[in-house]
Amino acid sequence: MKARIFVTLKGGVLDPQGKAIHHALDGLGFGGVNDVRAGKLIELDLADGTSDEDIDAMCRKLLANTVIENYRIEKVA
Amino acid sequence: MKSAVIVFPGSNCDRDLAVAFEAATGAKPAMIWHRDTELPDDLDLIGVPGGFSYGDYLRSGAMAARSPVMQAVAKAADRGAYVLGICNGFQVLTETGLLPGALLRNAGGHFVCRDVALTVENAQSAFTSRYDAGESISFPVAHHDGNYFADAETLDRLEGEGRVALRYAESVNGSARNIAGILNEAGNVLGMMPHPERVIEAAHGTTDGRRLFEGLVEGLMARA
Repeated sequence: MKARIFVTLKGGVLDPQGKAIHHALDGLGFGGVNDVRAGKLIELDLADGTSDEDIDAMCRKLLANTVIENYRIEKVA
Repeated sequence: MKSAVIVFPGSNCDRDLAVAFEAATGAKPAMIWHRDTELPDDLDLIGVPGGFSYGDYLRSGAMAARSPVMQAVAKAADRGAYVLGICNGFQVLTETGLLPGALLRNAGGHFVCRDVALTVENAQSAFTSRYDAGESISFPVAHHDGNYFADAETLDRLEGEGRVALRYAESVNGSARNIAGILNEAGNVLGMMPHPERVIEAAHGTTDGRRLFEGLVEGLMARA
C-alpha cells in the first residue's frame, strides 16, 4: 500500500521559494501567473493494513509542522 | 556546575559553544551524541548548538527534534535545567515544542551572514541578567531559516509575558515583530538565532556574548 503526503505552507505563511519560482516564470515570459506556492510530496510505501490513524499520526508528529503547514493524505492502491 | 552540549550529525557550532560554556563555568561540558537516550544526572545547563543537523532534511531542526536525546533534554527542561538553543538549536527547540512558533526561510530568500544590532528586550531572564533592558548589542547571525513565525495570538502572548528576550534593531530576515530570541513560559529555555558564542573574546571584535554565559552561571550559583 502506498500513500502520498502533500505538505503545503498554510495561507498567510510567506513562501520565498514560491516567490522565486514566480519571478523565474515571469522572466521566461509566462505573464499569466498570479501566484506560486511550493510544497512537498512525500511518498510512503506502507505495510498492508496500516491504519489511517497511523498515517495521520506520521504527518502530525513528523512529516508536517502544523504550526506552519497543512497536509493532505492520498492513499494509492 | 554541570553543563552539556548536544551534538547532532551536521552540528558545527558545538565546539564553539563548549568553549563558551567552559570559559563561563570553569569546567568542560559533556558532549552528548544525538543517539544517547540519557543525559548525565543533574545537568544545570544544556546547549543545543548551531549547524545543519541532519542536513536540514525535511525542515531545519525537524529530524534532530525527534532524536532520542531531545526527549531527555525536554525532561531536563521540565525539571528546571537551563536550555540554550542557538541558531539551528533554536529551530530544534521550536520543532520539539519547547518553544512556540517556527522558523521559516528568510523573507529575502538569502542566507544572511553578518553582525546584526540587537536590542535586549527583557533583562530579567536568567540568560540576559547581565544586560540592561533596552541595551543595544551586536551578535553575528548566519542562517537561512531565521524568519520567526507564530500566529498573532502567540506573538501577543510572548510580548505580554516578556518572553521576547532579544529583538533585531532592524529587519534581518523577515521575523515577526523583529523577534531574534524568545523564552519559554518558565523562563529556563531560550532560543535565539544570533550567535553569542562567537563574540566572547577580544579577538572576536566584541565580547557582547560573554555576559550571556556569565549571567547564566551567576544565576545558577544563586539558585544552588
